[in-house]
Amino acid sequence: MSSDPDVPVQLRGACKQYGSTAAVSNLDLDVHAAEVLALLGPNGAGKTTTVEMCEGFVRSDAGTIKVLGLDPITDNARIRPRIGVMLQGGGGYPAARAGEMLDLVAAYSANPLDPQWLLSTLGLTDAARTTYRRLSGGQQQRLALACALVGRPELVFLDEPTAGMDAHARLVVWELIDALRRDGVTVMLTTHELKEAEELADRLVIIDHGVAVAAGTPAELMRSGAEDQLRFTAPRRLDLSLLVAALPENHRASESSPGAYLIEGHVDPQVLATVTAWCARMDVLATDMRVGQRSLEDVFLDLTGRELR
Amino acid sequence: MTTRPDPLFAEGTFAPDPRPNTVPRMLTAQFGLESKLLLRNGEQLLLTMFIPITLLVGLTLLPLGSFGDNRAATFVPAIMALAVISTAFTGQAIAVAFDRRYGALKRLGATALPVWGIIAGKSLAVVAVVFLQAIILGSIGFALGWRPNVAGLCLGAAVIALGTAGFAALGLLLGGTLRAEIVLAVANLLWFVFAGLGALTVEAAVPSAIKLVARLTPSGAMTEALTQAMTLSVDWFGLAVLTVWGALAALGALRWFRFT
Repeated sequence: MSSDPDVPVQLRGACKQYGSTAAVSNLDLDVHAAEVLALLGPNGAGKTTTVEMCEGFVRSDAGTIKVLGLDPITDNARIRPRIGVMLQGGGGYPAARAGEMLDLVAAYSANPLDPQWLLSTLGLTDAARTTYRRLSGGQQQRLALACALVGRPELVFLDEPTAGMDAHARLVVWELIDALRRDGVTVMLTTHELKEAEELADRLVIIDHGVAVAAGTPAELMRSGAEDQLRFTAPRRLDLSLLVAALPENHRASESSPGAYLIEGHVDPQVLATVTAWCARMDVLATDMRVGQRSLEDVFLDLTGRELR
Repeated sequence: MTTRPDPLFAEGTFAPDPRPNTVPRMLTAQFGLESKLLLRNGEQLLLTMFIPITLLVGLTLLPLGSFGDNRAATFVPAIMALAVISTAFTGQAIAVAFDRRYGALKRLGATALPVWGIIAGKSLAVVAVVFLQAIILGSIGFALGWRPNVAGLCLGAAVIALGTAGFAALGLLLGGTLRAEIVLAVANLLWFVFAGLGALTVEAAVPSAIKLVARLTPSGAMTEALTQAMTLSVDWFGLAVLTVWGALAALGALRWFRFT
């Protein structure tokens, strides 16, 4: 695998097994220079494992991973000075004050950002003298972000960057991530929130059960295959066999979640008429009928299922 | 015409410039914070300063047992050994366990600081506190009539260095492998056990078989070696026991230490 400076993070066939569970299977992924890539997936999808393989905390069982053209495990010491890492749940000396913790991480860099400025930007000035263990979850998150950025990294990994933050802090962080991209920093972040992914990411990779199930820009994902879909809402568990028989060949009908029906195949006025005729015959009223454009939520839920985990 | 509001972050604010600092500067920062944390922790100070000082003053001044004319000369090395155990073993194990619990070590493992720098920062802080303890306990001992000779002090410093290394390795092994609450309980319990084993080597009335068993433990070995050092005698047996315990603990720590 050649190392391409335009692709600071590259995974090919990466796998990680924990006992009998495949946390990540055969994952291919590229993060391009100065883009924001969001790894989107439900809890337990393998997002953190993927990011921690890139950071060198987790050793992949198979495949190759290149970060800045280097191996995250064997070249770890050469990679670490160039990247910024925000771990899920942060991390810090429990008895160190927030300001001391950030000063410490800043001291590892020859030309750090001003820690005082970072603290005030992230609304932590009042908490600067509070010990790490007494910070709220949101404050610990913001300190973790500050620690990730203080060394002016060229590549940052942000694992659930806004988890536990209030709405105001979240907006500041979103603006900050936009500024990182503008200034040429490459960002790989994980999130389980669609709005965050849609708002921030140049490209999304949707991951579930350790497998990448879709990738593209938010617009591409919402468009993909949507021309050939008709959705409507109706009472649950309708018998679809008559409808399938009446539809042209190569069309599929399914109940994608209770009461939500999905017709896949080329949708023309004739197909629409067939569906409404079937509804009349079943004596049900279809609501929310729409063709085409899906929301990112539709894409996400279609790909990852609707059950809670 | 509408104008965009000023962006929160001026252009170029985050322009990459990821250059690591020099290793001495990183280590200075690491050592600075680690020492500050050790000296600021109330329970740690109780264990590393207050209890040893109280024991030294109390045991020297109170007429308990028969420890000869110069009680201070008996108790300074024994209490110093206990002080080393407090700092290098009990304090260190508990601090490491809670650092792991709060993700501090993993956090540092994602920075430019080399992994050995984390250990070095902790070790230097322990050495600094042990040095401080030696000065304080030595001064109090001197005030109570302890008059060591210079060669004895040098020999004692070497024993203290070996003991600090050995107990720090034991502390890292304990603090780096078990859950924080368990470490808290076990490290404090072992402090009492180590104190008792050290005391067995000091008390003249103890049968020699029991004394020998005590001297096979790290605290018995250090207490005996430090006591003998004050009379310009090298306790090779004790030094060997300390070395073996330290080496085994270091190997175990290298094998099983977990950052999280």
